[in-house]
Order: sequence, then structure tokens, then C-alpha cells
Amino acid sequence: MKKSVFFGALAATTLVSGVALAGTLDDVKARGELLCGSNTGLTGFGNPDASGNWTGFDVDLCRAVAAAVLGDPNKVKFIPTTGETRFTALQSGEVDLLARNSTWTASRDSELALDFVAVNYYDGQGFMVKKDLGVSSAKELDGATVCIQTGTTTELNLADFFKQNNITYQPVTVADDSEAQRQYLAGACDTYTTDASGLAASRATMPDADNHIILPEIISKEPLGPVVRHGDNNWGDIVRWTYYALLIAEEKGITKANVEEVLASTTDEEVKRLLGASGDMGAKFGLDNAAFKNAIAAVGNYGEIFSRNIGEGTTINLARGLNALWTQGGLQYAPPFR
Amino acid sequence: MSETHAETVTFVRDTMLPPVLPPVGERGAVKWLRENLFSTPLNIALTVAGLGAIWWLVTASLPWWLNSVWNASSLGECRQIVAANAGEGATGACWAMIRERWHQFLFGFYPPAQWWRPVLSFGLLFAALAPVLFAGQKRNLSIILGVVAAYLLVTLYLASAPGLPFVLALVLIGGLLALAQMMPGRLLWFTLIYPALCFWLLWGGSIWSPIVAMAGFGVLYAVFRLASPLIGLAPAAGAGIVAAVLWWLYAEAPVVSALHGAFPIFLQSINSDQFGGFLLAIVIGVTGITFSLPIGILLALGRQSDMLIVKSLSVGFIEFIRGVPLITLLFTASLLLQYFLPPGTNFDIILRVIILVTFFAAAYLAEVIRGGLAALPRGQYEAADALGLDYWRAQRLIILPQALKVSIPAIVSTFIGLFKDTTLVAFVGLMDPLKGVTQIVRADIAWKGIYWEPYIFVGVIFFLICFSMSRYSMYLERKLKTDHR
Repeated sequence: MKKSVFFGALAATTLVSGVALAGTLDDVKARGELLCGSNTGLTGFGNPDASGNWTGFDVDLCRAVAAAVLGDPNKVKFIPTTGETRFTALQSGEVDLLARNSTWTASRDSELALDFVAVNYYDGQGFMVKKDLGVSSAKELDGATVCIQTGTTTELNLADFFKQNNITYQPVTVADDSEAQRQYLAGACDTYTTDASGLAASRATMPDADNHIILPEIISKEPLGPVVRHGDNNWGDIVRWTYYALLIAEEKGITKANVEEVLASTTDEEVKRLLGASGDMGAKFGLDNAAFKNAIAAVGNYGEIFSRNIGEGTTINLARGLNALWTQGGLQYAPPFR
Repeated sequence: MSETHAETVTFVRDTMLPPVLPPVGERGAVKWLRENLFSTPLNIALTVAGLGAIWWLVTASLPWWLNSVWNASSLGECRQIVAANAGEGATGACWAMIRERWHQFLFGFYPPAQWWRPVLSFGLLFAALAPVLFAGQKRNLSIILGVVAAYLLVTLYLASAPGLPFVLALVLIGGLLALAQMMPGRLLWFTLIYPALCFWLLWGGSIWSPIVAMAGFGVLYAVFRLASPLIGLAPAAGAGIVAAVLWWLYAEAPVVSALHGAFPIFLQSINSDQFGGFLLAIVIGVTGITFSLPIGILLALGRQSDMLIVKSLSVGFIEFIRGVPLITLLFTASLLLQYFLPPGTNFDIILRVIILVTFFAAAYLAEVIRGGLAALPRGQYEAADALGLDYWRAQRLIILPQALKVSIPAIVSTFIGLFKDTTLVAFVGLMDPLKGVTQIVRADIAWKGIYWEPYIFVGVIFFLICFSMSRYSMYLERKLKTDHR
């Protein structure tokens, strides 16, 4: 059987480009299940709990898409991907959608032939230091030892930052977040640098969280968002607008709890269109007219997702910051739904 | 002594002195210490340094072990309990994490209601291995089967297996025990059907798929037996393989669906992505070990063959696989194959990984066995020829038994290495116990920041498994020792 598959494989090599052209929406509908490329485990953003249920900020986006496309937020299979396998898994069709803290960069857009359809979290690289180091700005870190994960864009950002400010540092390379945290706590490095959301999660779980501060400088832009394959624009639109639907819902005050109530009572035409009470916006995407209502009913609006998984009040305790709605001084802005 | 000089002798001993113990410095613990630990200045220095290191390790880690916490729901709570019991600033192990997540380390996401299936497969694994490991030894076989029966009785009860499989499993093991008493040789039949049984237990689905797949080997054998008197051994084997492949390609699916329609016996299907932890490591490790040995033997023989094509294929395979790191092969399995396969093919990731891990181990084993073949004196080959044995008989009766015997330590090392290498599957997103599951556990906000505990837990289990493999290989060496050294 193995042999036959292999020969079939060789014969089909030339058809590879065809993979991307097949309609992902039809595939997902036929399969009855959304294949969502997830993290192998990242606190607050996506990880399975003791009974194997996935929860997290990125996970909820997948559930919203599943609710919009299939009408059921549980019809989604999470496929853990590592930093190395994630983009290939997407390109080869192993997953329909990648929602695992991937930074939107030009080369990933062009060279890897991927489409970043939205930015669901604006992150940036920060520094954490012990309070008794007496440092209040990253620019005072001259000569510091820095714990840094190898093979990441953070390593390059770090080098750029220190070079620009004409200061020196000594890198202490670590393999993953837990090792970094351990080295930092053991005093092997003066400061630990990674995405600010990761720093906040690490700090929250330290035995002496109050003795550590995250410095105000954010030295890079890390727009994280869901990714789909290049060339299947309809599918990209569905993911993008499911996400925007969650943003609009927050803007309009529609929540998981009151979505039915709003649907019954609203006089706002955009809300009516969004929830499928008027017009045929859902059908234009090839979905059910109530698709976006289903997404909101399944996971709540963007603000709810944020505060449930990573926001203030959770252990991670991240402020909305750049991720506040544009009406509240943030960057989260959805185009009009019409 | 003569009388003449009696007066000149001042003293004649007439009783023997009682034996006296050697001086304190020359006996017991002191002597041992002096000889082994303090014999030279260098030794003294090393001993002191060693004792210092042990002292440092113990004083540094003992409080951590003593302050272990077993009942807590998060790392923070563990820390509070440790601080409350041992004072502020004390450290303590947080085994509560293992208590809450042990099942993910063992089974991954395998549904709890079905845990009895891997548990049963694991027990039967030993029942299947016993006839191979202890061929024909009634006593050892009975001991192992008895232990398996006891293990199944306890674990199946703990995993709350449904009544029917519970009874069937015990009946099966009872039958094997009875067989071991009467015809221990026949137990090998169970070993042969075990892979299909294990596959069905772990992945579920219709019972007919593994049975019909195994029937392919029956087809192979039947064609081989029928054709070999007519066209010779090698062509008959080729014809058998072709017939079996045709069976698997074209006959299997309709036969399975027909049988399933008539007698629907099935288990709940479990997807590969729900496998994880030691379940995954053992599935990959055991399958890899089982299949790599025969492939490795064939490759080693092929490499020594006089036939140009067989030889160059074997050499090419071995050198290619050995020249590439395992991680590269795993990435090939996970990423590259996906590009080559026809669109829509769902070629199971665990299967892909198993195949490449098997190839990897087989290439190494081939070289190990080639070493064993090279160690045999030429006379053995000539003696086999002189007896008029054909190639396969000579290999089976004379060459391989000796070559494999001298290679046992190296073969078992390769196996142990293979089993430990299964943790590398974490890099292709599978949930191995060491990195995959640990990462999942650490991603939970309740356990984020936990460091040593998962490593220690997983390390101890790995040690137990690898250590028993190593002990078995030593037993086997002693048993097969025929020289007179």
C-alpha cells in the first residue's frame, strides 16, 4: 500500500499547484470540519486543557470561523504546528487556516505565498528586568546579558535595537520560553526579551511577580494574525470578515449573551445586515445569511474574547493598548459592513 | 629435632599461636577505602571532589524533594503550600501537575472512556513478545503471561473497561497460558496476529480491516507456495508480493465493506491526532523496532551479496539514510511528502513518521549486523557450503545465528537509541511525552513556569523502559554464550 501511495505521489508531483486552487470553502463544507493550524501550546493564545479542549485567543477565532461556515463552533480540529512546520502545513493543505501568533511580514506575504487576512493582535517585542537592577528604560541596558530565543525574529530585532542605540549586550541563547524564564530567574541574564504578551504571561506566573518590571520600550512591530493560502480569495474574505464581524460586534455592543435580543430589537441597519436580518451579506460570501450572527453567538465579540483569554482580570492581565477599538484610541478598525 | 642439641635450644614452640585478625588498616571497610578511594594523592583529591559534589547535590535538591506538593490546582498554589509548610523562600517540587495531567503524559488526548484499549494493547504486547524473547521456555513464558494477566486484571479494572472486552481479554490470556503449558512453540502464532490486533485496538474501526489486510499476507504465502515448485523461489516470492499488493489495492476495500455489512463488529474510531505521550512513543518505538530488525538483516545480507543490483540498492539505501539526520527524515515525512502526495490524500502522519523511523533504524541495524557477519571466520561460510546448504539455509542455520549473537549489544543499543529518538517527533508537531506534552502543560496558565517536574517524570519512565531493554540484552548474551572463556 505504501509503495502504491509513493508512486501515486510521484505521478502527482506536477499537480501540486492545483492544491491551492481547490475551493477551501467547499472542502471545509464537504468535510464538515475546519482544520485549524494552532500553536503547540502558548499561554492564553491556544492550548489544550486537562481534558483536551482547546482554549485561547487564537483558538476562539478558529471557533468563530467554524461557527460562521459550519454553524457549529465545535466542528473544528486543531492541528498543532511548530514554528518550522506551520507555513508548510498551510501550503500543503494540511490545514485550512493558520491562527497561531504568526507575524505579518512582507517576505511571508510575497515569498511564502501566504495571505495574512487580518491582525487580531498587535504585539511588539519588550524587555523584562528585575526591579533591583534599577533600570527604567531599555536604553540603559548597556552591557547587559540578554536571554533570547534562538532562530526567531526577536533575535534580529534585538541586534538592530542595540546597534541603533550604540550600546552592547551579551546574548544568552535559550531554546524556549520555559528555559528562558528559568535562566532569567536563576540570574543567568539581566533581562529577558520576547513579545510583550509573552513577557506578561511569564511575569504573571513568577513566584515574585512584583519584583519584575516590563520596560516601556517596545522595539518592534509584531502584528499577529490569521493566515490563509494565497489564491483562494473567497476563503480569505470569509476569515477576514468573520474577524471584522467580531470587531463590529464590539463596536456596536453586541455580545454573546445579547445577540438574539439585539437581533430582535435593533434599528441599526448595519447591525441588521451583520446579523443576517436584512440583506444577503452572508450569502455573498457563500455562507448562510446568519453566519456572522452564529460566530458572535459562539465566541462573543472581540472584546469578550480578549478579556476572557488574556485581558485584565485574567492571570495574564494584558491591557488592551493597541488592541483597543479605534474609537477608544486603539488600532482595531473594521471597514463598514455593507 | 635430635636430643643432642636439646640443651642449646632455649625455646621450642609446642602450640600454634591463635590466628589474629589483620591490622585495622589491612581489613574491612578501611582497607577497601584505602585501596579504592585513597590509594594515591590523585585518588584522594578525586574522592574529596566527588564527595563534595554529592554533598552539594543532596543539600541543594533534598529540600526540594522533601517539600513536594501533591495536592494543588496550580503552580501558584503549590508555591503557597510550600511557603506555608517550609517557610518563605523554600523550594518544593510540584507533583500536583503530574497528578492532574498524568494521563496526557501517558495517553495524549486519547478519550478517557477508551483508555482500556491502549492499556490492553500494552499488556498483550508482552504476551506477544514473550514467545520471541523466551523461545520455548515454559517457566519464563508462564511467569510473563501470569504477570500480564495480573496487570490486565488490575489496569483494565482501573481503566473501567466494559464487561465484554474485559472478559474476552482475560479469556485470551488464560488461553495463552494454557497453550504455554502444552505447546509453547505455538504461542508464536499470537505474536504474528498481534500487530493487526494492536492496530485495531488502538485505532478502532471495523475489525475486518486488519483481518482482511492480514489476509494479504496469506495470499502472499499461498501464491509463493503454489508457484515456488514451478518457477523457483525468488520469482515465486515476487509473484506473491505482486498478488498481495493487488489484494491490498483492489480487493481489500470491497471485501471489508461486504464483511462489515454482514458482521458489523467495530470499535470507536480514534484519530491519530489524539495519540500522544508515551502511547505515541511506544507505538512508534515498538513498531520501528519490530520492523527495522528484519529489514536491517535483509539490507546487511544485500550489502554482502554478489548481485550487483541488490548490492548497490542496499548500499545506496543504507548510505543515504545514514547520511541524513533523523530530524531531516521527520521533516520529510511531515512536510515534503505532503507536497508529493495527490491532493486530498490523507496519509496518516503517525504512519509516515513510523515508516521513516523504521527506515532510519533499519539502516543503522544493517551496518551493525554487517559487523557481526564480518566477525565470523571465513571457515563458517565454507563449512556451510561444504554441507551443501543453499544460500538461505546457510544464512538461517549457520551464519545469522552466530552473526546476530555477536551483534546483540549493538542491536539493543540501536533499539534503545531508536526508542529515545521518538521524542524528536515533537518537531513535526506530534505530542511526544518529553517536549510535546510538556509544552502543552506549560502553556496552561495554571502550570506555566514549571520546569523540572515534567522532565523528571518522563525521564524516569524512559529510564525504566531502556534499562529493562538493556538488562534483557545482558540476559540474552549470557543465555546464548557458548564459548569457553
